[in-house]
Amino acid sequence: MSAHDTTAIETHQPGTKKLFMWVWFWLLILTAVEVLLAYMRLEPHLMLILLIGLSLIKSALIVAYFMHLRFEKLGLFLIIVPTLVFCLVMILIFVFPDSLRIARLHP
Amino acid sequence: MAELDIDAIAGSAWDGGVAPFATNTKKLGMWLFLLSDSLTFSTAILAYAYVRLSSANWPRPFEISPAILNATFLTFILLSSSLTMVMAVAAAHRNEVKKAVIYILLTAVGGIAFVGLHMMEWFRLFAEGVTPWSNNWGDPLFGGTFFGLTGLHMLHVSIGVIYLCIIALGFGRRKFNADHVEVSGLYWHFVDLVWMFIFPMVYLMSVNLKG
Repeated sequence: MSAHDTTAIETHQPGTKKLFMWVWFWLLILTAVEVLLAYMRLEPHLMLILLIGLSLIKSALIVAYFMHLRFEKLGLFLIIVPTLVFCLVMILIFVFPDSLRIARLHP
Repeated sequence: MAELDIDAIAGSAWDGGVAPFATNTKKLGMWLFLLSDSLTFSTAILAYAYVRLSSANWPRPFEISPAILNATFLTFILLSSSLTMVMAVAAAHRNEVKKAVIYILLTAVGGIAFVGLHMMEWFRLFAEGVTPWSNNWGDPLFGGTFFGLTGLHMLHVSIGVIYLCIIALGFGRRKFNADHVEVSGLYWHFVDLVWMFIFPMVYLMSVNLKG
């Protein structure tokens, strides 16, 4: 934490205006890339993978810097993120084989 | 209200520290709420994915202009309001009350603009004959998932605007401290984060392939 301390706002509130502007700028760039992908009208599967990847990067930026989880204790990160990932994996395991099976029943 | 000296009590739980996560209870509570709320949104988005995958004629009605451009502008508004919220939290921690209140209110204005523009889009769709149970393009469930997802998100934005106004009022009168502002910021960023998934899944994946 001492690496950030040139301006010394508060110990649990690191990050400068400049850093937040950069994060905001990159979020806008990634959004523009997503819209460009839609404009190019890629094949749906490729498009879906790219969009989910970009969305995950964007949400990681928001959580890490805007919600400054990056500057919190590791323990807080560990009770939030792995829990969410576990729940989502459990949902996916049970839902998706079924919906794909229904899709195959269509002519 | 005196701010807690977090570092003094933040030792490891195994060493007898009383605040093992080194945050105040409000913040931990908000994080846990956001965890459960993200599961609510996840299941809503997965339900949408489920019916879309298993549907034979799912419509892709959105043109680049106006629907996609409008949604892109909504994204821009939400991202910018997140930036002003970050500024508000930083100002609150520096104890610059007036600046913080102005930034919080700017954020709330962003939220109101978002809801207003989004409602206009809803009414445009109503005029085209889209309802939660029917449309002129294909699978009737399209409207159900669209209005369900965007409606749930819009509800969150509306509640967030009310929340921010209360925080601005209380912080301006020194009834709340910087921690309250920070926790309301967490909620606002989460609403922004959810839109980062709804925007590509609902809008960009439904761009009209013919156009």
